Amino acid sequence: MAGGIHERIAARWGAQALEAATTHGLLALLVEPALVAEVARSLKAEFGFDMLLDITAVDWPDRAPRFDVVYHFYSTRDFVRVRLKARVTVEAPVVDTLVPLYNSARFQERECHEMYGIEFRGNDDLRPILLYEGFVGHPLRKDYPKQREQPLVPYLK
Amino acid sequence: MSDRPPLPNPIRPAFAPGEHAGTSIVNIGPSHPATHGTVQIVAELSGERILRADVHCGYLHRGFEKECESHTWHNLIPYVDRLNYCSALINDFAYCDAVERLMGIEITPRCRYLRTLLAEYSRIADHLTCNAAMLMELGAMTAFLYLVMLRDYIYEHLAAVTGARVTYSFGRIGGLANDLPEGWLERLEWILGQYDEFVGRVHGLVDRNRIFIDRLRDVGVLRTADAIDWGYTGPVLRSTGVPRDLRKDTPYLAYGELDFEVPVGIKGDNYDRYYVRMREMDESVHMIRQLVELLPAGPISVDDRRCTLPPKHLVYTEIESLINHFKLIIDGPQVPAGEIYSAHEGANGELGFYIVSTGGGVPYKVHCRAPSFVHVGGIHRLLEGYQLADLVPTFGSVNMIGGECDR
Repeated sequence: MAGGIHERIAARWGAQALEAATTHGLLALLVEPALVAEVARSLKAEFGFDMLLDITAVDWPDRAPRFDVVYHFYSTRDFVRVRLKARVTVEAPVVDTLVPLYNSARFQERECHEMYGIEFRGNDDLRPILLYEGFVGHPLRKDYPKQREQPLVPYLK
Repeated sequence: MSDRPPLPNPIRPAFAPGEHAGTSIVNIGPSHPATHGTVQIVAELSGERILRADVHCGYLHRGFEKECESHTWHNLIPYVDRLNYCSALINDFAYCDAVERLMGIEITPRCRYLRTLLAEYSRIADHLTCNAAMLMELGAMTAFLYLVMLRDYIYEHLAAVTGARVTYSFGRIGGLANDLPEGWLERLEWILGQYDEFVGRVHGLVDRNRIFIDRLRDVGVLRTADAIDWGYTGPVLRSTGVPRDLRKDTPYLAYGELDFEVPVGIKGDNYDRYYVRMREMDESVHMIRQLVELLPAGPISVDDRRCTLPPKHLVYTEIESLINHFKLIIDGPQVPAGEIYSAHEGANGELGFYIVSTGGGVPYKVHCRAPSFVHVGGIHRLLEGYQLADLVPTFGSVNMIGGECDR
């Protein structure tokens, strides 16, 4: 059952995907950033992936393009998962928002935005969520030093 | 005091006063006695009805994912414990399972059953906490004391096997820290008997009580389609009437061999969330009783030198084990390059770990898909349109855990 869906998705998107492989029980697709919203729409409409579980990114400082934006989808009908990845550059870390498709993308995109500086085109609410207003930098980028402090309230002397 | 400039506001509310005539904006939290967990809600009220709510989390953010990138795979386990600190063992096992799958390790049968048993035991503790807090906030002090007393039995009992009451650091990649002590299973049966007795009393006190029905029924209603759209999983999704449970749908550990039901609600309101949790605890007890019967003898950790520490007497007597111990502690278990997303059914919903390894003893990235974070993203849907006073039980019924929400 699960294998069938993975194969049908691979048949549908395999030609346009940069990579498509089954790994640890889920299908991992790597696509161009411009295709993310279209693939997500197809996953939801044609293959029944009704839940967007998670959005995050991975920083590869020595690689160009530098970031992987990683999405995980789940089908509550067939109990299968799909991972969708897109590579974006540090100069233009932009992908289209998935908020029109999944409301769960709202918070996830905000977190990914503040942690990695990924811009989600079309999401008008990218306020800080785990961090605070005025925080400088993106802490999960590999070049953000772990020990850097930005106290909002000055320490008592 | 007066010459000090005002402190900057850490948040920017989504709406400002004066946008609509006749409404007022109130700020609730982040440190409010009625919201367990530091969460801030900016609400626009018309009279006492909430028109809009803007929920801000993050006050417990401590850089979990950043910190994980500079510790060995094993050293993360205490951090993982502190995600959902009401059911820390489930986090442990979900994380260890992800790393084990990446390493291609199959845990021993005793470990598999024991993890299942302890995970269900933790789930009971988590649901007890959630329902106890929710009922207490509505004034049910007796129900609170009954449930928290049971939880304390469980905490003490888990302390006997793990050495700690709340954050256990008990999982190990490839196994567990210890086996059960002598007499643990006998005590378990006694506690399950107490559970039956006192949860029965809470059912009698609450289920058909007019006050609770009026406060819980038809408040914070969530439809299934909305729940899925907003990413709800776990008891909240099940309360809307769909039996979606990873333990049934994609069985892991020993769940495929157990007989249990997936309780669902009728319409996804606060009462259903309360009742689904109560019923899930009964199912967990049912599973634990089966697991005690099924529990096989044997080792609790795999015999694999890539992850399991050698026995202490060998470390002190032979050089190979000494080096093995040293390498595992200093370099960490060597996890092959790759990436994995592995999910367990946490007490609150899908608890997923997305792990990237570039090979070596330290993870490249550990991301936790925390159910509470996703739930807080849609919680305004449960608040809007209801009374301000309903915020308390609604928030309690979603069981937002700051540790995993803010990471």
